[in-house]
Formats: sequence, C-alpha cells, structure tokens
Amino acid sequence: MTAPQDAGAAKADHPPAAPDLALAGFATALRHAGLAVTADRVQLFLQAVAALDAALTADVYWAGRAALCSGPDDTARYDEVFAAWFTGNRSRGVVPSRTPQSSVQANLGEGGDETEGDHTLNVSASTTEVLRHRDVAELSAVDRAELARLFGTLRPQTPIRRANRRRPSHRGEIDPRRTLRAQLRQVGEPGRVRYRRRGVRPRRVVVLIDVSGSMRPYADSLLRLAHVMVQQAPRSVEVFTIGTRLTRVTPALRHRDPEFALRLAGDVVPDWSGGTRLGEVLKVFLDRWGQRGTARRAVVVVCSDGWERGDASLLGAQLQRLAGLAHRVVWLNPHRGKRGYEPVQTGIVAVLPHLDDLVAGHSLASFAELLEVVADA
Amino acid sequence: MNAEGVSAVGSAVDLAERLRATGYLAGEGLATVGYLALALHRPLLLEGEPGTGKTSLAAAIAEALDLNLIRLQCYEGIDASQALYDWDFPRQILHLRTVEATSSDAAVEEVEKSLFDERFLLSRPVLRALRESPAVLLVDEIDRADDEFEAFLLEVLSTYEVTIPELGTITAEVPPIVVLTSNRTREVHDALKRRCLYHWIDHPGLAREIEIVRTRLPGVSARLAEQVTRSVQRMRDLDLLKPPGVAETLDWARALDALGADVLDVETAAATLGAVLKYREDTDRVRESLDRLLAS
Repeated sequence: MTAPQDAGAAKADHPPAAPDLALAGFATALRHAGLAVTADRVQLFLQAVAALDAALTADVYWAGRAALCSGPDDTARYDEVFAAWFTGNRSRGVVPSRTPQSSVQANLGEGGDETEGDHTLNVSASTTEVLRHRDVAELSAVDRAELARLFGTLRPQTPIRRANRRRPSHRGEIDPRRTLRAQLRQVGEPGRVRYRRRGVRPRRVVVLIDVSGSMRPYADSLLRLAHVMVQQAPRSVEVFTIGTRLTRVTPALRHRDPEFALRLAGDVVPDWSGGTRLGEVLKVFLDRWGQRGTARRAVVVVCSDGWERGDASLLGAQLQRLAGLAHRVVWLNPHRGKRGYEPVQTGIVAVLPHLDDLVAGHSLASFAELLEVVADA
Repeated sequence: MNAEGVSAVGSAVDLAERLRATGYLAGEGLATVGYLALALHRPLLLEGEPGTGKTSLAAAIAEALDLNLIRLQCYEGIDASQALYDWDFPRQILHLRTVEATSSDAAVEEVEKSLFDERFLLSRPVLRALRESPAVLLVDEIDRADDEFEAFLLEVLSTYEVTIPELGTITAEVPPIVVLTSNRTREVHDALKRRCLYHWIDHPGLAREIEIVRTRLPGVSARLAEQVTRSVQRMRDLDLLKPPGVAETLDWARALDALGADVLDVETAAATLGAVLKYREDTDRVRESLDRLLAS
C-alpha cells in the first residue's frame, strides 16, 4: 500500500504522473457536470485511489463516489460522467444532464420581454404606491424592473418557536449548574441563585413555488420573494420549485445579489413553464424531505394556483399529510386577490380543508401580507 | 487495546470478510469506502433510508477490529459540554469544602490546581474517543444537531485534538475511526461533507437481504426467511409512506419466529404486519394486496 499522505508532497516536487492527470481530468468533468468538486476533494480522491488498487475500475468508481459526491442527487450524474469518461464514450459530451436553459425562462433576472415597452411611465414616489398594489402579471418590463427594486423594501420576520435548550435568564426555573459554578467562584460561599428558561429559535419556513405554465407570470416575483426570505434567515428557510418535478433552489437563493441568485436558480430548475403534477410532486417532496424532518413543525408556504389536471384526490391526500407534519400550512394563490375569485378549481377545493391560511399573492402589498402571516405563525 | 487491528486490514475484501464474521454483510461499495476510511483516517459520512444499517455498521466495525464503540447521539441543542467534556461541579465544591475544613492556610494556587484535576473532569464521547483511540466514534444523526455543532465537530475531526484550558491539549495518538450518520432531515454543511468520505446506503438486493436474515437470525427457517424478505422487497415498491428497512425485515422474521410460524401465510402475515409497517394507511394498503405480496 502506498503511503497516502505522501501523495500531496510528491506532487509538489514532480510533475503529476499520467494516471493522476487522467483522474484529475475526470474530476474536472464532474465539476462541469455540476457537482461541487473542490480542490481538497480532488486531493482526497487521488489519495483514495492511491490507497486502493488503481488498476481496478470498480475501485476508482467507489473511491470517486465517496470522495467527490455529496448526496444521493449527485450519484446519478456521477454514474453518467463515470461511464462517459472511463468507457471512452466521450463524443456525446459528458454533461447530458445539464438542462437546456434560458430559452424557456422568459422573465427571470433582468432579461424581461420588452414587447409592451411602456417606457414613458416615470417611476416616482407616487407611482411606487400604485405599483405596490398592481398585479405583477400585468406589469411592463420597466415597471417590473422597478418592482424588483422594491422587493428590497420587504422586511420579512422569522417565525420563532420555543427551543429545547435552556438559556440563562432572570426568571424561570433554578439553574443548579450555574448556581454551583458561581458558588465555586466565590470559594464555596453560597451566593445568588441563578435561573434559566427555555429560549427561542427560528422556526423553519419551507416555500414551495409552482413554476408551471399557468404560474409563469408570477414565478419571477415569487422567487424574488423567496430570495428576500432566504436572505433574512439563510439557515431556517428552504425553497423548492414544483412543476413536473421537485427542485431545491435554496443554495442558489443564498447569493446576496437577487439577479445573480435568480439566474442561478434558473440554471438548476429543469421544468420552467412546464405542466403541473402538483399532487405527485408534493408527494415527492414529502417522501424525500418533508416527512424526514424538513416540514416537521415548519411553516410551509405553497405558492400555486392549484391547477391540477384530472383527479385531485392525490393532491388532497398529500396536503393532509403535510398538514399533519407542518406547524402551519399557508397557501398563496395569485388569483385569490382578483375580483370575483371563488375557490372552485378542483385542486383548491381538494386542499382547502387542510389549509390554515389561504392568502393572495399577486402584488407586492399582498406579498408583504404573506410575510406577516408567516411571521405570526 | 488492539492498536494493530486497524492497520491489519489490508484491503476492502479483507474488511468485508471481517464484517461478515460479525454478522454484518457489506456490499462492495460500502466495504471499499469503509476500507478507505480506515486507510486514509477520514471520517465516514453515511446517509440512507432509515433501517439500512448505518448505525450498525459502526458497531460492526468496532466488533470486527476489537475496538471500543463510543456513541454520540445528536439532538437539537447539543453543545460542546455534552459532546466533549464538562467539569463535575458538585464534586468540585465538595472537594473545596473538604480542603477548607482540613487545612485552613493552604496556598490558593494549590487549591485551585487541585480543583481542576483529572478526577473532576467528565469525559463526554468525543473526548473519550480521542483518549481511548484506537476506538470507533459513532456520531449518530448529525442532521439533528445545530449548524454550530457541525462547525465544532469539523474542528475536532480535522485535527483530532481538543484543548481544555485548565489541563492543556489532548491529542489522539491514533485518529479514531469516525462514522457519522444522517437521515437527511436537513442538508449537512458542505465543509463537513468535504472532510468526510461519503456513502449512500441503499436497500440491499433480494439475495443479500435473505443472507442478512439468515446470518442474523440463524433460528429462522430458510423458507420463512425467503418469504419474509421477498414480501418486504415487494412492499418497498408499493410506494408506502414509510417503506420498511432491513431492520423491519429482521423484526418481522423475529416476530414470526416467536409465534412459531415456519411458513408465511396470509393470516399470520396480517396478524404480524405491525412489525413491518408503522402507518395505518400503509397497513390498509398492504392488507388489500397481501395475497399478491405473498405469492412466490
């Protein structure tokens, strides 16, 4: 067995050997395929291969999987790239799973469609108030840009819950440990009694955004809203997009700059403006994330118009499951804010009994209301 | 303790054989990754469905290499004083009182020094693992702990040393074998993942699961073991709220064995479903299609 810790030192003195180069190339291909391959991971990978018998492809496979993958989502892509790289089948390009983008995500980032170019509207203080109440789906590109700026004025507050951990306090129950410690500091003389009580912690918020075709005019604004929420509490807010499949966009939205974050989110979501399979995708969410803990005792915000093709009984059953797990289920429906709206669509009818709140979500003002509902949950 | 046990493992196949001797059947991937963890002194991060043997791997490694298993169960709000060390305050005070009562003019420094003595130190799992190493440290369900705890753990796992201000730095002579498990209720921080070797444990295939049942429960007949395993594997395809894991397969076989059944039929299966399924909706669903599940 070669000494693994020598691998790094040897590399500094001599040019890397040919096998190492091939392996590093493989790691680079993985990085291009979207895996979070960092330099230290590559180093670990090379050490792992050195510790095994590099002649065996299976060993290289497992070493790479252990060192370069960081989740079950990575393994499928890893397998693809591995097959492409080590079977020499490289002609088709090693990154087939990278989704076609930019052509379908019309109103993400600053690239809005300029067709209704209402450039004459002069945005000033008075129009700001108007803009706050206008339906975001009916805005021109210029107004939308102004609205994007206004998202910065939203001030979300994190909902809180009682924590398990007790913190020092002026009242509450007696804290024997701190009392004794204080006594110890006074060389054993009994002193003041210390108290402790349970503190508070941010409650988790999960935002599920429908990015199907019928929600297309709102997807951009909803992602901006989610971005504002993630920025406020990066560790306790999780954001997923739902359409024909489930995509976690939280890491993308953690970037500070909204335009950049939205573009990143656009890159990872494969199903912009596709169809809706709300029930099925919610089920995937609950199976893979929700039931394990992400939705437990969380405030879950579902942003969708509730358009479900065909039978909505699956959707109803999933919402019932969700309601059983979550602290509070809030449904944001952009159409709710419109005059004459009645919750009669099959999807909405199915979910209505399991909701704690049904809120509008078509304008900036209504987003602010939603944030209040979430904060008070 | 058995210091040469770790380096005695020469290859992944060797490790798999040693694990098999303890009753743990590891697949090729798991054995390779496990071997790498030993050879490179890296922590092993295991994820996978509940009941696929993440925790029992740590126990099996400990048994196979004849090492101590030290377990740290994570939970929300866990902090360094529960993971690392704490001072035994009541005993310190008692000691102080005794010193006061017996010698009135003891030097202050002496008294203070005697207060922070080894014997008042409560070693928690991580410190114990560093001191008793070679040992296996199991950090169970890391996803339940807070982010801050992860950062703390990362620090210990990269240097394998801990500094106690009153006593000095404690370094592990040999890094302990560290196994972390996660149920993915939340994403473990990337920095911690980068430090670790990662492996996702899947449900085993039919042949291997039957072998697991036969190894773990030698008293169960071959026929029953196969029937039970086959049914459970079919249940996993049924799209249940909580698909049964290997642990449930073993529970079920054990339950049937305790009832004296040596063949699984619809009646006994219906009566013992509680050992496999933990949701009423799942039970209803499986009960409807029991005869299909049991068909061989």
